[in-house]
Amino acid sequence: MTRYVMVADLRRCVGCQTCTAACKQANATPPGVQWRRVLDLEVGEYPAVRRMFVPTGCQHCSDPPCEWVCPTTATRRRADGIVDIRYDLCIGCGACMVACPYDARYKVTKAEFAFGDEPTADEDLRADDSRIGVATKCTFCAETVDAGVARGLKPGEDPEATPACVNLCISGALAFGDIDDPQSRVSKLLRDNKHFRMHESLGTNPGFYYLWDQQSS
Amino acid sequence: MSLTLSGAPRLQRSWDSRAAGNFIGGGAGTGLLIAAAAGLIAGQSYFPAAILAIALICFGLSLVWVEIGRPARALNVFFHPQTSWMSREALLALPLLAFAGAAVTIDQSVVPLPPQTRQLAVPLALTAAALALAYLFCQARMLRASHGIPAWREPALQPVIMITGVAEGLGLFLFLALFAAPPPAWAIPAALAALLARAGTWEYYRRRLNASAPAPTIVALDRASIPLHTLGHALPAVLLLATLLLPDTAALVAVAGLALAAGGAWLKLIVVTRAAHTQGFSIPFVPVRGRK
Repeated sequence: MTRYVMVADLRRCVGCQTCTAACKQANATPPGVQWRRVLDLEVGEYPAVRRMFVPTGCQHCSDPPCEWVCPTTATRRRADGIVDIRYDLCIGCGACMVACPYDARYKVTKAEFAFGDEPTADEDLRADDSRIGVATKCTFCAETVDAGVARGLKPGEDPEATPACVNLCISGALAFGDIDDPQSRVSKLLRDNKHFRMHESLGTNPGFYYLWDQQSS
Repeated sequence: MSLTLSGAPRLQRSWDSRAAGNFIGGGAGTGLLIAAAAGLIAGQSYFPAAILAIALICFGLSLVWVEIGRPARALNVFFHPQTSWMSREALLALPLLAFAGAAVTIDQSVVPLPPQTRQLAVPLALTAAALALAYLFCQARMLRASHGIPAWREPALQPVIMITGVAEGLGLFLFLALFAAPPPAWAIPAALAALLARAGTWEYYRRRLNASAPAPTIVALDRASIPLHTLGHALPAVLLLATLLLPDTAALVAVAGLALAAGGAWLKLIVVTRAAHTQGFSIPFVPVRGRK
């Protein structure tokens, strides 16, 4: 079996938002839509305040509430663990958006552009009407992963089979791969480090892990 | 070092007052269908209450249709009854409206019907009432399945939505009595019981949320509780009790019924549009940096 997951090392993330920019560039998301975003949080109280950065987005749960509630079967979990949306089936009812505990889904009802009413050349080239009026979210760059796998490449190791946010991360905070492969980078990272997943008590079994300390300490 | 940090709950905007309208119209309509069936058994005409109920359910569904991003694909809503309460609600709407419509047609037929055919109105109306109850259950489960909103996924909301639907329906049933025959003897005690049940389940729900909901949700619900309890509970309770003592109380009954129904609509509007905050982000550990 294969289950693709993402690992974010909170010790390494510097909050540069390059992953956010990479995602926007790769997926041509409109203004206000960030499939990959980085939370900028303050922890503690003055004077013992620390700042931390938390990459987040769709957690590609193995028991995703968005899939249960979807009345159209547009949202589905693939055999490799990626949760995707078939835009041609989605009716944009928003049920998945209120079902997602990670606030990871978006819906825009009209085409919007970064600079005024007219699209830039790049936006014009990459406009996708099928994503208007439907739910959208991070897909783990499924098209890239699929194309890479079809060419015999290994997601998480070969950039041409790896999500854009991972490829562009300047500090190596993000990793991607198959958690069911004990030799994959994500499996090694999870073995060597203490980690958690967000809102685990909800039982959604997210596929997004956060590293926060070495395993030995 | 261990801590829990929940960052920035925000009010959801995916479901707005149009979605609330579906819960209001669907809840009041199904409650009214149940009351209308009971009224038919008691010898009252099914027509006015059932027609209003059908209109309310259809109005609620049309609001959803207006809200969805791709209205032309609305029929896709039927594709996932295995797990989706929205699909189940949509599927139930069809037989519900058909049975209620058939019962109205027979009950109100201007063409003389054989007695056996006319007697069919009661089982048809009872079937519609059972489907209405199931429809109401689906609406309650739709909210409970919304795991991203702590105020909705709280199991105690389910009885609130169910009882509110029945209370709204009884309220409208009493209101309609102003234009038709006086309500059956059971209607006012039933409305009082529904009113008490709604107030009780609401308070229980509200207290359960203290431990699990974000602060803005608690504030929104507390603000809503005052008008709900005064205008939606105390006022109709006093009016209904007054009808037991005073003569010629048709207007009082109607006002009490309207207040009962309006209280339910207010409750759902608040829950869906103003108390629907996400839970934010929970970070149980902070990164350990700088250690050699």
